[in-house]
Amino acid sequence: MSWVPLFRIEKRASDSGVMSVLSPLLAIVLTLTTGAAVFASLGHAPGDALHTFFILPLSDVYGWTELGVKVGPLLLCAMGLVLCFKAKIWNIGAEGQFIVGALGGGYLALSLSAVESAWVLPAVLCFGSACGLAWAALAAFLKTRFSANEILTTIMLNYIALNLLFFAVHGPLKDPDGYSFPESALFSDFAMLPLLSDDYRLNISVFFALAAVAVVWTLMSRTFIGFQIAVLGEDTSAARFAGFKEKRLVWFSLLVCGALAGLAGVSEVSGPIGQLNPYVSPGYGYTAIIVVFLGRMHPLGIVGASMLLALTYMGGEMVQMDLSLPKSITGLFQGMLLFYLLACDFLIGYRFVGSRGHLRESHGS
Amino acid sequence: MNRIELHNISKRYPGCIANNAINLVVAAGEIHALLGENGAGKSTLMKIIYGVIKPDSGRIVWDGKPVSIKGAAQARDLGIGMVFQHFSLFETLSVAENIALSLPPKSASSMDALKSRIVSVSERYGMHLDPDRFVHTLSVGEQQRVEIVRCLLQDVKLLILDEPTSVLTPQEVTVLFRMLAQLAGEGCSILFISHKLDEVRSLCDTATILRNGEVSGDCIPKETSTADIARLMVGDETPLNENYVKAVSLASHATRLNVNNLNYRAVDAFSCSLRNISFEVKAGEILGIAGVAGNGQEELLNLISGEQTSSENSILFDQRPVGHTGPAERRRQGLGFVPEERLGRGAVPNMSLRDNALLTAYQSGLLSARGWIQRNRVASYAREVIERFNVKTSGIDAAAKSLSGGNLQKFILGREILQNPSILVCSHPTWGVDIGAAILIRHALVALRDQGAAILVVSEDIDELYAISDRIGAICDGRLSPTASVSEVSIGQLGQWMAGDFESQLSRLDNRHDFELAQPDSVSERAL
Repeated sequence: MSWVPLFRIEKRASDSGVMSVLSPLLAIVLTLTTGAAVFASLGHAPGDALHTFFILPLSDVYGWTELGVKVGPLLLCAMGLVLCFKAKIWNIGAEGQFIVGALGGGYLALSLSAVESAWVLPAVLCFGSACGLAWAALAAFLKTRFSANEILTTIMLNYIALNLLFFAVHGPLKDPDGYSFPESALFSDFAMLPLLSDDYRLNISVFFALAAVAVVWTLMSRTFIGFQIAVLGEDTSAARFAGFKEKRLVWFSLLVCGALAGLAGVSEVSGPIGQLNPYVSPGYGYTAIIVVFLGRMHPLGIVGASMLLALTYMGGEMVQMDLSLPKSITGLFQGMLLFYLLACDFLIGYRFVGSRGHLRESHGS
Repeated sequence: MNRIELHNISKRYPGCIANNAINLVVAAGEIHALLGENGAGKSTLMKIIYGVIKPDSGRIVWDGKPVSIKGAAQARDLGIGMVFQHFSLFETLSVAENIALSLPPKSASSMDALKSRIVSVSERYGMHLDPDRFVHTLSVGEQQRVEIVRCLLQDVKLLILDEPTSVLTPQEVTVLFRMLAQLAGEGCSILFISHKLDEVRSLCDTATILRNGEVSGDCIPKETSTADIARLMVGDETPLNENYVKAVSLASHATRLNVNNLNYRAVDAFSCSLRNISFEVKAGEILGIAGVAGNGQEELLNLISGEQTSSENSILFDQRPVGHTGPAERRRQGLGFVPEERLGRGAVPNMSLRDNALLTAYQSGLLSARGWIQRNRVASYAREVIERFNVKTSGIDAAAKSLSGGNLQKFILGREILQNPSILVCSHPTWGVDIGAAILIRHALVALRDQGAAILVVSEDIDELYAISDRIGAICDGRLSPTASVSEVSIGQLGQWMAGDFESQLSRLDNRHDFELAQPDSVSERAL
């Protein structure tokens, strides 16, 4: 008898609803398992290390508020991205839109440093958001006018945005009294977001994020434009047949995403950071992509996923402090999570069938 | 000797029995029809024979020996060839390259030898095929020849054809049937899947009829009436009334749809240019346009739906110019449209029927002024479509792709009709639809016409066009023939129009050489 594989892969008759929920959970378990192996290979007891990474950061109120600090920008970016991804517009550019939002808002905050008015903060926030929107508009223009692939254009725009930021903090916006560090001056208090409590770094931008969840959720489930976006993503020719204006939907999704990512960026510099420096984003715009897919493109799922991914940032800092491991462990965990998620999503459309059972089936007749 | 015998073949899927204890015997050199409505289990049974699906139970005997067919490769080794309804060809490769891909590496080692084999086999069976042409330049009928020649090159002993005539012109059907008869004469068995009864009666020696996954009868088609076969296919409950009343005098009726000197320049090698197309459809009238696929139907329909725009005055709805407007505006002006592609244009496969109702009916009071979706109204609209048009489904939350072709088509047609269109355009309204659904759809079109709508039906099904149209014409190479009342256009005349001969008159029908074998009796009777 010829060699028979232990199992074979078979297409499911229809996509499995159960697996589409189980897949992210399975991906998390696999990530934890592999993470444990990585810690073990680095000479740390896996249980302790995972405890340090995932539990210890949340052992006190401060930890939870810090989680909120990181959930805010992730959620804002993710809620914009989910609109784009629903329409199958693969906007990878939330990172660039975030940075340009931070840069634009920061520029205005520094320009208005001498103005003492309650209007400074709203102006800074609006301008930062508008800058993110404009950055996304570039990609929307290239896509609708020249059919340029948005994956390529948005990635390239991310690098342009990052280099613009570098240029600004090394040049025109560098703090003249900053001992030549590539940083701007600190923003005035009028450009800073109010804190929820003086003891913690959490500010009101977390409410922006929650509002974004509510608005985008409503948009997606109750409004005709959200419906059109979903149809466009599912089936372009049906959208065209129904008379939906494809270009308008592309513009709309990208601009909303740009504005939200820009708001996340400016909230970051007007909040926890308080100035411009080369490190305004620890990759929130990229991580938000993982958040959207891990959250199954559903607003509630995205809220949960953003908390988990926010935790990976804190875990990375925690293992750096406690175990002297590099902070880049964060990226490792985020990468593994996306990798395993994509692999597990395969099981939504396919399944493994044991060969032995299958043979019995065909010979038993 | 029997080429293949199936004994008690059963296949269950969650929630349905696709095949239940099927017995089927095909002798060597026999042309055997497998008849049944969509969802009767024909495709499943074919795929079991071709080794693509494993049966849950049952035996297959091939040339007198029991076999278990473990895959398409083994089926091909045994000598089973299959031509699927949807071709599996690479459009950017040549005919020879496509065929080489499916052959064992040894027999495809020399491209030149393969090309000459392709030419000799195709000439032998009277199906001309140029091995160097790229597949995307071939008509659908020619692509089908590629699929058939591919099977013939592998010494096929049983050729399975899944609804092969649904994509062919009458002339091409004639060629195909002649070739199948020749093949059968040489001892090759043929399993011919269809639901066109007239074709089966003119071609096949024996027939097995399936209904709901079971064999509902066997017969010799030439000796059995069409009505009896149809009854075996649909069961006793479905009405089979196919008498459609023609429209009465239309002289006083207003013209609803005008197409004036419509021109369109093809943008690529895949599309067809349109030249000076002019016609009109009056209120209370059905105009049928026949034609071979790829002669400009798709372009004409896109120009009417608004997915493609043209000069302002080239298309008028109720005398209002709409040529420059998009689909949404034209729907507002009273257009309903049933496209050829049900999944992936007429309906979004992964979305529920509820959402698919909203897809085109959004201008029928399902939205608030500010763009909020009125969810209750959408649900009741979808429910009304399902009830009024007898759509078999688990409910308004069922995904469009879960419906059979006929039920989805009923849903799409119902969704358009309930918008009270003053102009309805249908492309291939009953293509791949079972008899019961087709009859319902045709009656619904006639009823809408009687309410005063202007209806344009573009179809390759000539029987259907004769059955429901009041006027008929044909499109060929981007030009439209004259149109005339169906009673004045013979099937021969229409065939010449379909071939592009617009000047010919009935008296010149003596040189219609290609036209005898495939023409079903019923049509000839009706038309001549």
